[in-house]
Amino acid sequence: MLNNINNIRLQFPILHQEVNGKPLVYFDNAATTQKPKLVIDALQRYYELDNANIHRAAHTLAARSTEYFEATRKTIQQFINAKEEAECIFTKGVTESINLVAQTWGKANLKAGDEVLVTTMEHHSNIVPWQMICEEKGAILKVIPISNSGDLLMEEFDKLLTSKTKMVACVWVSNALGTINPVKEIIQKAHAVGAIVLLDGAQACSHLQVDVQALGCDFLTISSHKLYGPTGVGVLYGKRELLEAMPPYQGGGEMIKEVTFEKTTYNEIPYKFEAGTPNIGGVIAFKYALDFVNELGKENIAKHEDHLLKHFVDGVTQINLLNNHAITLVGQANNKVSVQSFTINNMHHFDVGMMLDAKGIAVRTGHHCTQPLMQRFNLEGTVRASFALYNTTAEVDVLLQALGSIVKFSNR
Amino acid sequence: MTTTDIQNEIIDNFSLFEGDMESTLFYLMDLGKKLPAMPDEHKTETYIVKGCQSKVWVFPTFIDGKVHFEADSNTEITKGLVYLLWSIWNAKTPEEILNSELFFIDKIGMSSMIGSQRSNGFANMIKQMKLYALAYKTKGA
Repeated sequence: MLNNINNIRLQFPILHQEVNGKPLVYFDNAATTQKPKLVIDALQRYYELDNANIHRAAHTLAARSTEYFEATRKTIQQFINAKEEAECIFTKGVTESINLVAQTWGKANLKAGDEVLVTTMEHHSNIVPWQMICEEKGAILKVIPISNSGDLLMEEFDKLLTSKTKMVACVWVSNALGTINPVKEIIQKAHAVGAIVLLDGAQACSHLQVDVQALGCDFLTISSHKLYGPTGVGVLYGKRELLEAMPPYQGGGEMIKEVTFEKTTYNEIPYKFEAGTPNIGGVIAFKYALDFVNELGKENIAKHEDHLLKHFVDGVTQINLLNNHAITLVGQANNKVSVQSFTINNMHHFDVGMMLDAKGIAVRTGHHCTQPLMQRFNLEGTVRASFALYNTTAEVDVLLQALGSIVKFSNR
Repeated sequence: MTTTDIQNEIIDNFSLFEGDMESTLFYLMDLGKKLPAMPDEHKTETYIVKGCQSKVWVFPTFIDGKVHFEADSNTEITKGLVYLLWSIWNAKTPEEILNSELFFIDKIGMSSMIGSQRSNGFANMIKQMKLYALAYKTKGA
């Protein structure tokens, strides 16, 4: 468990404010996490002391910013246990990471009749890029269904997986349901038919231990801002042999070796995929977020968050006992992270969100960019509470109390 | 009553909550229940005002120089706001609608509802009702 949560909270300046006259309770962590002071300071320090474009100049500031930028690459390599730093490409986020793979690997490898598998619980960012490339290539997008509890139906996956399957693009942890998918088994089975596996790690990387070598995944996408780092920074991990064989994504500076008007030769990985000036300050500050998480320890964080989730679910059960099951939990997989979607009888999720905001509680409402998943449950949307390392059981109690009064109001 | 009088009355009623957002929302949701029922056959694609989370329907008719509205929303808080707007603009001339400034929204602490166009049908509803008024004014002229 995390010791001294109050000390941890002190490192997040944003948490110490009032919203609508009430202390802020931030439970929208699956959308974006708040940033510790270390990260905010690093961003500020970069612009005050080190700002220079990386990789291309002889002066001291450029050398310094390049050194710090590449230090983050080293840290993320260790964070996910990639074989080498060159397998970690900086992008602006998970969406760009997935588009990069679809537009480069997909362009080079997919042909008419090939199949790409995704799951019902994908975020739109792991559906639309594949739809686009499938349409272009005449390939077919197939969907692995899920159970009512929000678990992948693995026997259906077994049936869908054939020699036609060229890519399995699968979310590791569902942003709307919290389900942790059995990715190791998925990877092994996909590899057995010669398919490539891309894991959308947007939600997983802040909760779970990540070891890409042990998992054996071909691609993994990571978001900085869901991992206590700045927005506008993401990572695409890819195996060297795949990245080397892929054509470049965008043309421009940094990604070239030599340019003439007749022909351009491309740089080595990872630079081949890093055209243009990146979010240098963001990348540099991301290291501090990774160090912060490493210091607390993923296991400790997970234990704390699991405890908060259990406290919340137990509280909802209590409310339901007294109120004729007014709250329906959406997503009750056995193996899940601290994300809980729910609906309240006779109440639109948007109204619930507004009423919680009136109490200073920030949650997400809507379809969570997973419309096909909402359609699977015949829902327009849900309310989603997602807990992070700085949240407390007292805060969960504030949410439970607010839900109790909303439920009473809805029965009027 | 003029549109200004009605708005001042609304602001008076809401002032009882002294800015307490929760009570304001509860009251708004109760107000929504006073909105005359809108026939389902008028809730069509033509009369929907789209928003990301809340939908609003507005169906106008023009009788004896005045604009009459039927309106509804799929969310209760927005429906309360729709009721307030309806109470200000229903059965008014196009000129009265076009010339009125909506100052009550900010005064009852609900300006966030119109701040984010993407998330709310309510903001688009205001625009749509004025457009209907303009259309009737042009037609009548």
